[in-house]
Amino acid sequence: MKLPKTIPGRCEQGTFLAGIPRAGALRAGTLRAGALRAAVLLAAIVLAAFPAHSQAGDAPDGPAILLASTTSTENSGLFAHILPRFREDSGILVRVIALGTGQAIRLGMRGDADVLLVHHRPSEDRFMAEGHGAERRDVMYNDFVIAGPRHDPAGIRGMKDAAVALLKVARAGAEFVSRGDDSGTHKAELRLWEEGGLDPVKSSGKWYRETGSGMGATLNTAAAMGAYLLADRGTWLSFKNRKDLDLLVEGDPRMFNPYGVLVVNPARHPHVKSVEARVFMEWITGPRGREAISSFRLEGRQVFYPAAK
Amino acid sequence: MNELAQAFKMALALILTGDSDLLEIVWLTMQVSISAVAVASLAALPLGGALALFSFPGRRTLIILLNSLMGLPPVVVGLLVYLLLSRQGPLGEWGLLFTPTAMVIAQCILVFPIVAALTRQVVEDLWGEYGEQLRSLGASRLRSVATLLLEGRFALSTVVLAGFGRAIAEVGAVLIVGGNIAHLTRVMTTAIALETSRGELSLALGLGILLIGLSVSVNGAAYLLREYSGWRHG
Amino acid sequence: MAELGLTNRKGQGPVDPDAPPAKAGQETGPGGILPLELDAVSYEVEGRRLVDGISLRLNPGRRTVLLGHNGAGKSITLRLCHGLLKPTSGEVRWLGPLGRNAREHQAMVFQRPVLLRRSALANITYALGLKGIPAAKRTGLAMEALGRVGLESLARTPARVLSGGEQQRLALARAWALDPEVLFLDEPTASLDPAAARKVEETIQGFHQAGMTIVLTTHDMAEARRLADDVYFIHQGKLWEQSGAAGFFRNPRTREARAFLSGELPL
Repeated sequence: MKLPKTIPGRCEQGTFLAGIPRAGALRAGTLRAGALRAAVLLAAIVLAAFPAHSQAGDAPDGPAILLASTTSTENSGLFAHILPRFREDSGILVRVIALGTGQAIRLGMRGDADVLLVHHRPSEDRFMAEGHGAERRDVMYNDFVIAGPRHDPAGIRGMKDAAVALLKVARAGAEFVSRGDDSGTHKAELRLWEEGGLDPVKSSGKWYRETGSGMGATLNTAAAMGAYLLADRGTWLSFKNRKDLDLLVEGDPRMFNPYGVLVVNPARHPHVKSVEARVFMEWITGPRGREAISSFRLEGRQVFYPAAK
Repeated sequence: MNELAQAFKMALALILTGDSDLLEIVWLTMQVSISAVAVASLAALPLGGALALFSFPGRRTLIILLNSLMGLPPVVVGLLVYLLLSRQGPLGEWGLLFTPTAMVIAQCILVFPIVAALTRQVVEDLWGEYGEQLRSLGASRLRSVATLLLEGRFALSTVVLAGFGRAIAEVGAVLIVGGNIAHLTRVMTTAIALETSRGELSLALGLGILLIGLSVSVNGAAYLLREYSGWRHG
Repeated sequence: MAELGLTNRKGQGPVDPDAPPAKAGQETGPGGILPLELDAVSYEVEGRRLVDGISLRLNPGRRTVLLGHNGAGKSITLRLCHGLLKPTSGEVRWLGPLGRNAREHQAMVFQRPVLLRRSALANITYALGLKGIPAAKRTGLAMEALGRVGLESLARTPARVLSGGEQQRLALARAWALDPEVLFLDEPTASLDPAAARKVEETIQGFHQAGMTIVLTTHDMAEARRLADDVYFIHQGKLWEQSGAAGFFRNPRTREARAFLSGELPL
């Protein structure tokens, strides 16, 4: 699985930090520095910030790729668990940008990322159909949960049908906080409302509150308001500011949350690092990656499950 | 209240442990913001000075424009720079998106109007005091701009610090063009945003306290330097 | 050119203040920018006529005092002469052969000295630089000028920490270094205590004795008596009297000048 450290035709240069004193050196320097030395230092900093070429290129000690993913995976700590292993195996550094699925897919469409790890199958299929992706594979899944205030005014605790539970929340007029940001979680939530036959957006601004933010920000909002919401289990488990929120509904098969990995099409965007991106796809769907995903624990619980082979 | 105490404890712990990730973030934060302010000031100081002394058609419009741009929304600047630097954008070739350089560019755009507009005001006020003498000595307008920028160095250091404050405190632009990538583009403000979204409010606030401390140190150092040279040069 | 003028001036020795202009030296003689003629010059700001149809002629070698109350229009007249203000109507003409480059041969000292935040010496070398004097010669000329006003020992001191009187003498030294044919001074002693004012007056006298033509404004009659060869009395933007100092103080012709001399408040 080892790759050559550099790929022909790709520029090799130091990163942003190369060639300038490290933090400690700077501190010691400024303490003694006169005005002239401060000026020289300033000039060095300015120059260092503008190397001749892209710094998005490679890491100092090997190739790097840009992975556009979702806040749910990044915030849960999954990447911190698996990416160092991948680097060990392949020598490739993965840099993560955590966004909503919709934003991540748009990054891919513009060629601003090399590989995507997202969770909204219809959007992923459209991405492939329109020729933006070179290949797509199932990676893993987790599930969504419905959380809400502990005293549960809508009375949905323990229900097995998520769509009906949401309808009860609506009928009770209890406050519900939605991502409202075109993310995978947001789309999954809207599908559940649709199955219940109710359009909550009509009540937007009343009991239905769209934050237009990431999972974490939305959880903060719900916790502060004591409102219901749909969250992915990973973020829910890793979230530290739950206050009065409790997990109320889980286990509905419709809350199944599958993730896919997509390599951005080099035919569309010649600059993307599709070779390394493919290496990542192979790894995360292969035995080493599956094992890494399975071994990730939050509060002693497994959160993500590798996709069936 | 408890959370606040927790935050202060957290900030102290962060400083005392000298966590290497944190040092990296602090270092990048300083590097990006200082670079942005330096580059913006390099252009904005002369431009602001020229705007104070030269009269030309459209001058007043330009001044009003600059003054209004001091309040540029960071998110809008972020979006603009994003669209410029995206692979599909006009400067996509450069491959600068999600790099510290992109963050420097965005902050530069935010800082430039602040430094230019305030410099214009400072130099215009100085011109009221020095103008006749400089004209009497036969100084050209261009030369006068240079002289007054040097004369106003104390007031202008405050102007530049105002720009620095803007740069180091904003999150909207750097989040969009930097992407908050760990070990590459994560700075204090985006780290705070991240910890907030993870519900780690005490840690987020602790980082915030550190950021404020950082800002205070920079301003304090500048103030002392200014006092010192003020004492020397009157 | 400039240092040439300086040597000439130094070579001349003291000049009798009451002597006719011709003796005052080459650069103030027929070869310079003087005489200066103001022809029906008016100056208006927002419809208010601050200087109203002043005609006068300044001759080389003289010490001319523009005398009048505060707000009479004498400072504006001085600025019109120096070219800092453009007349609304009328004309300012330098009649000497070098009149085309009049700016290079005049200097001005303001009531409050405008000094840069740098050393006393650097303030002068800066002005010399603006005049196009080569860098190698500036320090020597500047030190000579500081010596002229008795400030050599403070050459390295920041200009802004000097006392008021020292600052005004530094402004005079800067003017001297520029080797002007005419020196304009706007109330040069008005912000100073008597001792400092006396020193400034002595410096001005010295400049004149070295051949410089002096034009200054003041509302201080005693100062005018000490410094003036010619007096122009300005009141409410108009020129009321022009005459030799002795005649003016002995026998003013207008009621306004008589009122001023007897210390009456302006109407």
